[in-house]
Amino acid sequence: MFDTLLFGVLPYVAMFTFFLVTIQRYRQRSFSYSSLSSQFLENRRHFWSLVPFHYGILVVLAGHIVAFLFPRELLAFNSRPLRLYILETAALTGGLMTLVGLTAAVFRRWTTAKIRTVTTVSDWLVYALLTIQVANGVYVAVAHPWGSSWFAASVSPYLWSLARLTPDITTITPLPWGVKLHIINAYLLIGFFPFTRLVHVLVIPNVYLWRKPQVVRWPGRPYPAS
Amino acid sequence: MNVRSQISMVFHLDKCIGCHTCSVACKNVWTDRKGAEYMWWNNVETKPGTGYPTLWEDQEEYQGGWEVSDGKLQLKSTSKKKIVFNIFHNPHMPSIDDYYEPWTYNYEHLFDAPASDDQPVARPISQITGELVQIESGPNWDDDLGGSPVYAANDPNLEGLSEEQREQLSSVERLVYFYLPRICNHCLNPSCVASCPSGALYKRGQDGIVLVDQNRCRAWRSCVAACPYKKVYYNWFAGKAEKCILCYPRLETGQAPACFHSCVGRIRYLGVLLYDASRIEEVALKKDAELVEAHRSLILDPNDPEVISAARAAGIDEAVLESARKSPVFKFVKEWKMALPPHIEYRTMPMLFYVPPLSPVISSRVNGLVDFDSTEFFHDIDESRVPVRFLANLFGAGEEREVRYALRKQKAVRWWRRARTAGDVDQETALRMLAEADCTPEQAEAIYQLTSLCTFEDRFVIPPMHREQVIEQAQSPQQARSSAGFGFTTGTARSI
Repeated sequence: MFDTLLFGVLPYVAMFTFFLVTIQRYRQRSFSYSSLSSQFLENRRHFWSLVPFHYGILVVLAGHIVAFLFPRELLAFNSRPLRLYILETAALTGGLMTLVGLTAAVFRRWTTAKIRTVTTVSDWLVYALLTIQVANGVYVAVAHPWGSSWFAASVSPYLWSLARLTPDITTITPLPWGVKLHIINAYLLIGFFPFTRLVHVLVIPNVYLWRKPQVVRWPGRPYPAS
Repeated sequence: MNVRSQISMVFHLDKCIGCHTCSVACKNVWTDRKGAEYMWWNNVETKPGTGYPTLWEDQEEYQGGWEVSDGKLQLKSTSKKKIVFNIFHNPHMPSIDDYYEPWTYNYEHLFDAPASDDQPVARPISQITGELVQIESGPNWDDDLGGSPVYAANDPNLEGLSEEQREQLSSVERLVYFYLPRICNHCLNPSCVASCPSGALYKRGQDGIVLVDQNRCRAWRSCVAACPYKKVYYNWFAGKAEKCILCYPRLETGQAPACFHSCVGRIRYLGVLLYDASRIEEVALKKDAELVEAHRSLILDPNDPEVISAARAAGIDEAVLESARKSPVFKFVKEWKMALPPHIEYRTMPMLFYVPPLSPVISSRVNGLVDFDSTEFFHDIDESRVPVRFLANLFGAGEEREVRYALRKQKAVRWWRRARTAGDVDQETALRMLAEADCTPEQAEAIYQLTSLCTFEDRFVIPPMHREQVIEQAQSPQQARSSAGFGFTTGTARSI
């Protein structure tokens, strides 16, 4: 019953909130979409915390997405131990980078007076959820190795069942509590995502890479795409 | 030919008295807000000096502007490849310490202080954290050469000056300085616009004003690093870029921008320039030594029938063309060639021009009259206290030719007027000087008029901006009627 609530209902609540609020926020309060960078107030430690964090989390997220989208191919890829070891090492390195960067970022925000003044409750919420998620993720990677394989075998089918709107939680109920916490906390992150600064992830600039350098707006003509 | 119109500016440095009224007018209107306290969209620097933010002209450090590599124009700070890797941390971005930590004083303490043997004092507190701060520097800390061994001595424009010239700049009886008021140059090839990953910055097609669309700005901060003049600022509270908007809400109602309107020395001129947008890239690729002249060649003559018909074809309003013909900026920049762009070697094609300042020279008197018997009329320009080389680094991409031309003409006009009014220079000498300075008596009179006797209407020739047409094109006037006003009304909270 409790499992159904956490793994069968919570994901839908989280996703519903995510889409409803991000879209509403983008349309109504586009101004509030900002990375809210604090590099301007503190430059040096910003580099040593934000760079490892972002690169680390990109690696880790990419791993999760690949395992979700191509579970079969991943299992086939992992059939040779060497490949599995490489993948495992890369994932753990990414996770540790994220953890180190995140810890440094929290520490930086806590100890720099200038940055504390621009810190809101939602920032601390983001940090709390991320710290739980990343620390727990590293714990899972160490305590329950070969995640790239068991994720593809048990979590991917569950996620696909959610995506097909036929939730089937049987493949994940036997998983250890550490993994379950990771999944539940992920839903919390997704649910709170649209209320925080995390929305900057959705507006990463891509058009820039191929647009013309100069942007000119004329009255009465549509704005150039970007 | 692709004719566009641009609201352009001339600052006549020979008239600037360094009163900072422009800065204060701007501050009161636009940047007296949380997160913007440290911003001075308009600031006045003492030259030689390191400016604001400190050493902004040092592009080795800040990597602002453009560079030509392999015959192509590229942003110095963020090529498209680099931006992918630098998006999480911008390595060339100035931090608050490069400007200054804004402060106020805890005046309340004067009222709230408990009874004590000592008078209470209002101590400085940070406008960011609210804590007590020890003020170590601030904007214009080097005003009028204050602290020159630290500030003036490190001016990047001293490059190429001899040891003797450098020493002379700070020796007690030959000290010299002048003021450099700065606002956004509203460039033709703005590097801030080109660097914005979100495409939030743009140039207005109809008048060339460069603006930030704050609803699209996502705080990637590339613009701050890319602008070589450091005239785009980061609002640390709102998490958005901000910059000089040339007071467009004032321009649209026919008023001069606040800094122009309030200028005590009347050094500021504003008017329309027509330019050929199809040649910008070609001009920006020229060698340093050719840049000033090439930039000037972009500006089109609004009296030329060919230009007029091309402008009409490009949809430029007749009233704007009329305004372009009266533009004081056109006269200073194109006709008289006295106003020069600042640091054209950054290749952003700035549309704010400066008339370089004359400075004191060592003169001699014979029988109570100034000795003008030297065979060379303009020898004192090379002997002036501000070395031509210094001015050339600022306004000529290191090339002295254009600066010398502007200074000679200014001097010739002065002596021409002296012959007319004071009479201590004879007419014939004055005419010969004018001829040598490439100036006719008629032109000299016009320069004199626009420099010394200019009225408000002479200095600010603001074209009708036709807001009504813009509104009609964008939405129904009935709707616009109920939403009149500037900006949006929601606050700048950092999350929802």
